[in-house]
Amino acid sequence: MRFSCAILLFWIGAALASPWLGLRPDEIHLEKILAGPDVHAWLGYDDLGRDLLARLLTGAGVSLTVALTVTVFALTLGVLLGLCGGYFGGWWDRLLVQIMNVFLAFPGILLAIAFAAVLGPGLVNLILALCVTSWVGYARLTRAQALSLRGRQHVLAAQVLGASTARILLRHMLPLMAAPLLVELTFGIASLVIAEASLSFLGLGIQAPQASWGAMLRDGVRYLLVAPHFVLTVGLSLMSLVLAVNMLGDYLRDLWDVKS
Amino acid sequence: MTRLFAIIPTVFGVLLLTFMLVHLIPGDPVEVMLGESATAADRIQLRAGLGLDHPLPQQFFDYLEKLSHGDFGISVHGHAPISGLLAERFPATLCLAWLSLSLAVMLGLPLGIVAALNHDHWLDRLTTSLSLTLSAMPHFWLGPLLMLVFALWLGWLPVSGMESAHAIVLPALTLASGLTAILTRMTRSSLLEVLNEDFVRTARAKGLPERTVILRHALRAALLPVITVLGLQLGSLLAGAVVTETVFGWEGIGRLLVESIDKRDYPVTQACVLVIALTYVLVNLVTDLLYSRIDPRIRFSE
Repeated sequence: MRFSCAILLFWIGAALASPWLGLRPDEIHLEKILAGPDVHAWLGYDDLGRDLLARLLTGAGVSLTVALTVTVFALTLGVLLGLCGGYFGGWWDRLLVQIMNVFLAFPGILLAIAFAAVLGPGLVNLILALCVTSWVGYARLTRAQALSLRGRQHVLAAQVLGASTARILLRHMLPLMAAPLLVELTFGIASLVIAEASLSFLGLGIQAPQASWGAMLRDGVRYLLVAPHFVLTVGLSLMSLVLAVNMLGDYLRDLWDVKS
Repeated sequence: MTRLFAIIPTVFGVLLLTFMLVHLIPGDPVEVMLGESATAADRIQLRAGLGLDHPLPQQFFDYLEKLSHGDFGISVHGHAPISGLLAERFPATLCLAWLSLSLAVMLGLPLGIVAALNHDHWLDRLTTSLSLTLSAMPHFWLGPLLMLVFALWLGWLPVSGMESAHAIVLPALTLASGLTAILTRMTRSSLLEVLNEDFVRTARAKGLPERTVILRHALRAALLPVITVLGLQLGSLLAGAVVTETVFGWEGIGRLLVESIDKRDYPVTQACVLVIALTYVLVNLVTDLLYSRIDPRIRFSE
């Protein structure tokens, strides 16, 4: 647990500090193309002779920014829709379930790929494509929780006492869902980091020259035979971050005894 | 039967959403697909060919009508019928997905069982950390890693392509990784839960050999939730195939999807997305039906 927190803090620190470290992720050294580590670049150089470590740290910032932005939007939308659906029921709930079923009919990141494809590449479109597809998980979870909570005594008491709907939803129901939502959120962030990298890997996400782990892996795979250090460093970084976030999720799930 | 009817709105929604994809393109889809250098005649022809000059509801109706004949339209680049492209590419993906599924079951179930039977033993910790690591390895990272080790350093298998029969091993292993991890974890936790049940204690108390207790009594009950996961995850195999096929140059539907996006051949993109989603819906339906056949609690209550 301490280990994964340390890794997580390292990447968050890297993401926050990277603009102030005086890194030059876009500086090209033509004589150093795909060269191994040296004093100036501790992890070596990429296919354009750019410092891999500098790009890795900047890329961490991009990855985490995308993951957090999407999470904030998806969580807000998903929780709102799920709360209303689960609490009010009726035709609105049935419609919500149908819409969720349609979105869930597209496995994994397929829908995000489709949206990113038609919207065109770029950071904003990438975030948009991931937002469109990741609210469903939160909505489904919130709806299920709201359904099981709306018959509870304290909710009925609040209704009888004349509390407003907003107050019941936000003060009496939402806090009870916090634990499962936070666990879902942790795993959600890990899968968003992978999704962002996948889309960038497929050329649908962040575009050159901006550093991003997915795009770096795409270039790295191309030069796999000549410079394995390129793929290995980027892949290990991505893996360490995802692993750390997942372990944090597991820890929280056990801590709060949330059923998956 | 009710389950069959329940998926009708979902399938309709999937069709509507895939139909809308082309209309979500910012700007003029024809302009985006053909690029700047296209002649006016080409543009008019494509616009008419895609039916974009009709009102939206009619376009959707035409889309559905064509699909009901198995007509997915014509690709913008290459002018080939898309149904032909799909028929050419889809078997390769199914083959890959099927092999991955079998690999994942063959690896994941025994690993999960071993972990559960050796609860809190080092074997348990080893398999658990292995499955954690595997689930944190996206296909575009595990794939190159396997390539490096088995194709370059050891030289056992081809790097990529589809020429030899061995070429399927690395992509299948890559694709199977995530599912193996999930199956291991699911089997482990499900079996651990079942091992505490009364009927397992009864089986032990009446003197059955441990083998029979585990294999005939505990495992049967433990595998039920695993089957649901398996069905849900077969879809993620199809989605994962998009990346894996790109890494290994496997000429399946995922590769076709990425190629079509690169060429801005949106009718092909649309068709690939639709086929993958419908396959997923179908697989889930089959799992659902299968589940209610297998689980005696559901079978007898109906």
